[in-house]
Amino acid sequence: MAEICVQHLHKSFNGFTAVKDSSFAVRNGEFFCLLGPSGCGKTTTLRMIAGLELPTSGEILLDGEEVTFKRASQRDIAMVFQLFALYPHMNVRENISYPLRNAAVPRPQIKRKVAEIARILRIEHLLDRPVSGLSGGDRQRVALGRAIVRNPKAFMMDEPLGALDAEFRHLMCGELRALHDRLRATTVYVTHDQLEAMSMADTIAVMNLGVIEQMASPQEIYDRPASMFVADFIGSPPMNFIPFHASLCGGETTVTIAGAEVPVPAALENVPEADLVLGVRPEDVILSDNSVLRGEVYGSEYLGTTQIITVRRHDAIVKARVPARVAVKSGENVGLAFKPLKISLFEAASGRAIRTSLHEVARHG
Amino acid sequence: MAEARLEHVSKRFGTTTAIEDISLDVRDGEFFVLLGPTGAGKTTVLRLLAGLEIPDAGRVLIGGHDVTGEPPSARDVAFVFQQYSLYPNLTVYDNLAFPLRSPGRRLPEIEVDRKVNEITRLLHLEGKLNARPTQLSGGQMQRVAIGRALVRRPTMYLMDEPLSSLDAKLRAELRLELKRIQEDFGATILYVTHDQTEAMTLANRIGVLRQGRLVQVGSPRDIYENPCDTYVATRLGNPRINLLPRSAFPDLPAPANTATIGARTEHLRISKAVNRTATDGKVTWVEHLGDQNHLHVSVGGQDVVTLTHTEAGLAVGDAVTIELSQPIFFGADGARVSTGGAR
Repeated sequence: MAEICVQHLHKSFNGFTAVKDSSFAVRNGEFFCLLGPSGCGKTTTLRMIAGLELPTSGEILLDGEEVTFKRASQRDIAMVFQLFALYPHMNVRENISYPLRNAAVPRPQIKRKVAEIARILRIEHLLDRPVSGLSGGDRQRVALGRAIVRNPKAFMMDEPLGALDAEFRHLMCGELRALHDRLRATTVYVTHDQLEAMSMADTIAVMNLGVIEQMASPQEIYDRPASMFVADFIGSPPMNFIPFHASLCGGETTVTIAGAEVPVPAALENVPEADLVLGVRPEDVILSDNSVLRGEVYGSEYLGTTQIITVRRHDAIVKARVPARVAVKSGENVGLAFKPLKISLFEAASGRAIRTSLHEVARHG
Repeated sequence: MAEARLEHVSKRFGTTTAIEDISLDVRDGEFFVLLGPTGAGKTTVLRLLAGLEIPDAGRVLIGGHDVTGEPPSARDVAFVFQQYSLYPNLTVYDNLAFPLRSPGRRLPEIEVDRKVNEITRLLHLEGKLNARPTQLSGGQMQRVAIGRALVRRPTMYLMDEPLSSLDAKLRAELRLELKRIQEDFGATILYVTHDQTEAMTLANRIGVLRQGRLVQVGSPRDIYENPCDTYVATRLGNPRINLLPRSAFPDLPAPANTATIGARTEHLRISKAVNRTATDGKVTWVEHLGDQNHLHVSVGGQDVVTLTHTEAGLAVGDAVTIELSQPIFFGADGARVSTGGAR
């Protein structure tokens, strides 16, 4: 198993920059997710690590060894694609054993290895079935089996669950993560689906326009987004943004929005007067009758345990996730309060998160 | 008055029974959602109402008239498909005006203009009237497709997963818009989907389909809180309801013939164990999902999943006690067991 180190990686195609000065390290045994919208450069990054694409500049190290311009076949990395490329004329056993037969591994060893893989993936009962009749999930398990069987140094996965329907995808996420916990293989996983990234990754790198905007644990990214892009990309519904205009002094613990004093985490930097944005997650919004900050209920969406209330203000639309038993009517005027310790502050122009005591908690906790 | 009614309708394709003895009323002004997995018969029901299929048995009524044998053109319904089918050579305006200019129902141009403008405002497409569909985003195209159905005022609208081809964020946005438009219009809609969130948030009433049969009809709250069996219980709710064997909670008072206990987040109270006992559970995984956190607890070999706050301060390996309050009970056959009598 291996550690992957990417340094100042850069890739341009005919004047278009796909990946810009990207540096990160994937620890041995880590499940690392590259997350971002289509066109953000995540797949290009993955393909450069696998050797399917050559960088314009920068370095890739695999277990300390420089492999930047080495052939894919010399890197000992296994790729798993979205469309499970299986050999249709072979059965499950033949598909899984193919890489070993190709490498002329002795038969008894192949047999043992395939049996082991089948057990790990829980597809022992399918070994002698043709792949054509298998369900999408089972086909994906076979494709994984074929990747795992030759004990590569690392796995590269490019939206391997993208073709499955939503409910099943979540199930497969749990399964993939459990598999990772058993194998502890270094994995780089590319997806545009935040749910997949959040539920599986040890570390997520959120990419936008070829640049890594934030790299941290799922919880860190969710609780302390480094930019408005990250805050908006993660979460469903995403973080609410309320614009205001002010200057901030270090230590300040309230901001004024449309005449209402809103408690926030203490600022740790001075910000000259500018357009700023208050960011708050839907579950940290409280409907409070005596709040000065108000809005009109635009709609509510019942979800069983919780419901999403959409509140319209002249300056923003605010979504609140509240218990389903709270009764509100469309058109009703409601007060909005926020859990003060959960609020993020941003500079509107750059989208950058302003450092507050929210980030202090992170360092100590 | 019911706008649409199916009476004991069955439909087979070859040897496959698509739907079996379905009776169903869609009321005037109602948003009715049929929920079920692929192959449950949802789309067949829509096509039977639209006249694209003829039932093998039973009657179909629209606006009080028996239309069982009538062709699609004689039924006053509008259909919105999963894939937005717009005329690429026409502008947004002309796409929206198209149904009003069709030979059978042609309106004066001044009337067409008024209606197109009204719909455009409702769907927030004002700036796009002269654009061609190819210049629009996916969400805008689907709004035009929905607008083209709404521009007429048919007796009812039939919608076949119209949001499923959109990305998650846009889907959430259009969901809210569609519900608002339906309320403003007082439109009668029969909508089919396999997405429980759509069903819960859009519907006045949900009909749950399973293998061609309608197993339960009720308001989202009703179906969520009072499912008639374990199948319906697992259709709604995220995280999915925990179905636990009766034997896992021997001390819990339950009706005599209970085989399975259904416990959702709101039925579970989980706290750090103070004194370790045999019935303690252990936290196996805290799953951060972006919109919520799922806490996985292993108790007596069973995995229990519930919502949790980060503030709860539970971590993997923690011993916890699980208390149940007013869970749902099911018998050995999966059917709901009444709590009447038992406490």
